[in-house]
Amino acid sequence: MDADILKTAENWVAEGRRIALATVVDTWGSAPRPTGSHLVIDADGNFEGSVSGGCVEGEVISEAIDVIESGVPKMLEFGVADETAWRVGLSCGGKIRVFVDQVN
Amino acid sequence: MEKALLAKINTARANRRAVILVRDLKSGAGRLIFPDTLADDDPLAQAAKTRFRSGKSGREMIGEQEFFLNVDLPAPRIVVIGAVHISQALVPMVRECGFDLSIIDPRTAFATKERFPSVNLQAEWPQDVLTSDMIDSYTALVAVTHDPKIDDFALETALQSGCFYIGALGSRKTHRARVDRLTSKGFSEDLIARIDAPIGLDIGAASPAEIAVAILGQIICALRKGDDA
Repeated sequence: MDADILKTAENWVAEGRRIALATVVDTWGSAPRPTGSHLVIDADGNFEGSVSGGCVEGEVISEAIDVIESGVPKMLEFGVADETAWRVGLSCGGKIRVFVDQVN
Repeated sequence: MEKALLAKINTARANRRAVILVRDLKSGAGRLIFPDTLADDDPLAQAAKTRFRSGKSGREMIGEQEFFLNVDLPAPRIVVIGAVHISQALVPMVRECGFDLSIIDPRTAFATKERFPSVNLQAEWPQDVLTSDMIDSYTALVAVTHDPKIDDFALETALQSGCFYIGALGSRKTHRARVDRLTSKGFSEDLIARIDAPIGLDIGAASPAEIAVAILGQIICALRKGDDA
């Protein structure tokens, strides 16, 4: 698990920021980041860490902001067929599931 | 997930303590599992044990409920007694494996920055710098000086600790003499048998680099397979 990201998450919470934690919970094929990888996001869209090689983070961040507002966790799926998620140059055939939940 | 869990995970990590963060993938609820307080009747006990060994995070089902087990293990650490040629060969291999490495040797002609650039190197006697809390259950101790004055204290400290591997360089004859010394100090036969000697997997290693491979292979085997090895 990315402990440095969890340290960042703890620091952000201590600063009074509202945050969500995104975690890669499943990978199929050649996924760029292993299961257990984290991305921490605050309500303003600031983030640290990664759940992919940079390709799906934008989508995860906007979903995370929703999760911070609603308080309801979400499961996100990204695959090779998702045009918005995977761009040229990425390892093809990969698919990931990302769990996004607020920390309160 | 509650923010208090974050602080607990980070504290565990700072203390080199293994921990699993369990998340309910529906509600997001979280809890922590530690190896030393894991109850046998915990529905995730078996899965947690397996994952503490493998270090792999992943999903588990209990009935219809889906959980994610996020595993955090301390980086494996190798403490090498002896700044010798084999140790020099070990440095890049250990680094490539992502393990921490410390080298201790009181002989200042051996323990030099020139021979071991950017390595955690201490030109001190083990009795002055090696403490039992340095040798935790994610630590391997490797004694390669050949010199009982340097190796023995470290081996005795390791035998009294919970480290996952102890290896000592030396021929069978050298090791018999070592066993005699340890026995006379009151160490039991079973305990002394924890020392892998002659050190390393039996691959016919001929050069310092090959011996380093044999040692590292044996350490990885002990780390990943433990008692199953």
